[in-house]
Amino acid sequence: MLSKVKTCVLQGLDGYIVDVETDISRGLPTFNIVGLPDASIKESKERVRTAIKNSGYEFPLSRITVNLAPANIKKEGSQLDLSIAIGILTAMEVIKYKAFDDTCFIGELSLDGNVSSVDGVLPMIISLMEQGFKRVIIPYDNRHECGVVKGIDIIPIKSIRELVSFLNGDIKLETYSVHTPDLSSEDDNYDDFADIKGQYALKRAMEIAAAGHHNILIIGPPGSGKTMAARRIPSILPNLTFEESLEITKIYSIAGLLGDRPLINKRPFRSPHHTTSAVSLIGGGRIPKPGEISLAHHGVLFLDELPEFSKNVLEVLRQPMEDGIVTISRVNATLTYPTKFMLVASMNPCPCGYYGDPTHECNCSQKSIENYLGKISGPLLDRIDIHIEVSPIKYDDLDDKSKVETSKEIRERVNKARHIQLERYKNDNIFSNSQLTSKLIDKYCKLDTESRKLIKGAFDKLGLSARAYSKILKVARTIADLDGETNIKQHHLAEAIQYRSLDKKYW
Amino acid sequence: MNNRDTLIWLSSIKGVNNKIIDILEKNFSQLSYIWDASKNDILSIREINDKIKQEIIKNRNDLYYENLLKRIESYKIKVITYYDNDYPLNLRNISDSPKVLYMKGQLIPEDEVSIAIVGARKSTSYGKWAAEKISSELANLGICLVSGMAKGIDTHVHISALKSKSRTIAVLGCGVDIIYPSSNRELYHKIQDNGCIISEFPLGTKPLPYNFPQRNRIISGLSLGVVVVEATEKSGSLITARHAIEQGKDVFAVPGNINSIFSRGTNLLIKDGAKLVTGIEDIIEEIPYLIDKCAKFYKNKKVELNYNQFSDDEIKVLECILEKPIHFDLIAHRTGIRINDLNSILTILEMKGAIKQMSGKVYTIQ
Repeated sequence: MLSKVKTCVLQGLDGYIVDVETDISRGLPTFNIVGLPDASIKESKERVRTAIKNSGYEFPLSRITVNLAPANIKKEGSQLDLSIAIGILTAMEVIKYKAFDDTCFIGELSLDGNVSSVDGVLPMIISLMEQGFKRVIIPYDNRHECGVVKGIDIIPIKSIRELVSFLNGDIKLETYSVHTPDLSSEDDNYDDFADIKGQYALKRAMEIAAAGHHNILIIGPPGSGKTMAARRIPSILPNLTFEESLEITKIYSIAGLLGDRPLINKRPFRSPHHTTSAVSLIGGGRIPKPGEISLAHHGVLFLDELPEFSKNVLEVLRQPMEDGIVTISRVNATLTYPTKFMLVASMNPCPCGYYGDPTHECNCSQKSIENYLGKISGPLLDRIDIHIEVSPIKYDDLDDKSKVETSKEIRERVNKARHIQLERYKNDNIFSNSQLTSKLIDKYCKLDTESRKLIKGAFDKLGLSARAYSKILKVARTIADLDGETNIKQHHLAEAIQYRSLDKKYW
Repeated sequence: MNNRDTLIWLSSIKGVNNKIIDILEKNFSQLSYIWDASKNDILSIREINDKIKQEIIKNRNDLYYENLLKRIESYKIKVITYYDNDYPLNLRNISDSPKVLYMKGQLIPEDEVSIAIVGARKSTSYGKWAAEKISSELANLGICLVSGMAKGIDTHVHISALKSKSRTIAVLGCGVDIIYPSSNRELYHKIQDNGCIISEFPLGTKPLPYNFPQRNRIISGLSLGVVVVEATEKSGSLITARHAIEQGKDVFAVPGNINSIFSRGTNLLIKDGAKLVTGIEDIIEEIPYLIDKCAKFYKNKKVELNYNQFSDDEIKVLECILEKPIHFDLIAHRTGIRINDLNSILTILEMKGAIKQMSGKVYTIQ
């Protein structure tokens, strides 16, 4: 007889419903799956057959045809195993037939009949919930990540036998749900900013960057503490909102990087090595997987030694930085992933690293310095709001008495400033000052006469380029938010101007 | 063809230099006679390489000469020869002065009062700061600044002169129609409008390395004195200084740290007797010509920092920076001003023209 059960496949971050239709009829014993299955689904024949047998049921010696509808889209993923097995068992009438229209089955089978975990369950469940499904069966090992989704019954199962008993009404299974985990990153064990002595200017710049989600470029000779400070940025990032957390978790679920965590509750910090390829950065593959920039969504992408990255790798960053999404096209699929990351980049001022260092001689030629800096193109530099120069400071110059702020103190200010932004922009569909468009800048960054005079003077006297204008306003907006001020004051603007050193042509 | 035309024609031929023109002049008594001389007369001059003689004969026709004039005209280039009255006096007085000068822009009589400032292509922020300071102060006195339009110090000298709306002359090591380095394209056009670009090399000459030492003698020759700002031991700026000594001009050098390779050349010059420069007074008092001009300068100099225009915090920061160039963190540490306030104070002080930011977040008094 014929049966029909539902499962789900992923295209990017969106789940699509697939109907698994199974027919068992008389004829030579064969087992066919049609409907554009990929290799992993074709192989599921063997897993399904063995799993059913080892669960204590008899595999029918008949002509079995499985159709995956709609038949015209390609399907991928081992999560279809479970639905095919249930389809066969239903067609065999081992399971009492009833319409499973509001139930979706997700899970891979192992040969002993147990259900093992699959990647990308969270985005599937969120899509299913949005499409009105009432109940979803998932592998037991995936239950943590799914538990946070409300509005759909989540039933984790361990084996086919258990599922059959449940569907036949012999046993009862609890729906699984967890409380939304605490999203404030209080109990973390990040390195602390208190470890860094001095570097007041750099710490302040990082505080502003974290508060306004601004991209930041740190320039300085080796040993000046660039990397050390950058690695401490996660400790001062603002708390995630639930929606942000869910978006990040979806991406990690697809990439299979979720582990046991129900929800990513900390902003991600990704630091790919400079030998990384363009594809690994933006995402790709036959069926495109999210790259580093998507894994850093709502978090930090740290590129250490920026000019060492190959030029084409850096150039691919431009469009995702601007749009907050990246669209990757391959033969099999065209997928879109979100990429609202905060870029933290560090670099030396020259190839040998010591240009401008008070104690070392730089032995690069003018030409090689220009080539080195030329690797960072103007358009890329345009998208970085804050430039900060650092130089190594001798310990003896700073005595021990000075009080050093901890990350916790800084984070409190950052959280406050971010909260102000979230409130202000709740109708504008953005979440931070760095995303202000020129129209919104006019609306939210109003300047008084004094400030207007200041910025005009800055352009005349300090040789700032025209493109610096909107960056300065955005950063000034964040500084004002850190101060809790509604309007940008002159001193906010004056501070923001300090962070445009590359525009002033020091080199 | 008169002597002047013949000279312009001759100097455009590949391989012909001052020495060869002198030999030709000696052999023919009048330079213009070459144009109509027989082939054998030219070939019989033994001191000149055969290849060059062939080249002279090959190009001795009206078509070549007309094309040459057309090119000069199309690039709007002015040619001054040794025979002309407006040939720069300073330059006429040196030995081996160039026979022909190609110019873009104007040379005016006031340009006689000029100082050459040269330095390394690759320079430190100290070098740039010193070049800018000396250049702009001299330029404010109305002194014309001569340099080589190379990257680094030279570029800063020209820019400072232009900013002070003063005259500036760039002497190139290639044809005046070629912009080298190409990154100075904008500067090249600005100098043309507010000064002059000079080269002795025929149009289309490439910036070959051996041209530069030769052009350095024009830089020193055009000016009353040469200031070397930053130079390594092998720098071309030292060649300029040597030419200056040979031409009897004053040589000045800006001292640097003894551990800096960029100041080794200038420190060496000081050791060898060049005058150490800490301010433009040191330059002016050596050159009698300039002393009249400096009355105005000393008057301006009296205007020291006027503390009234600064707030208390600003004065605290200024006093910290007055000692020596100092890093942001140390200012913060010594004054105890909050970081966010300090950032804005520094911007405002920089805009008031009291301080200047150098690379690496180090601040110095302007």
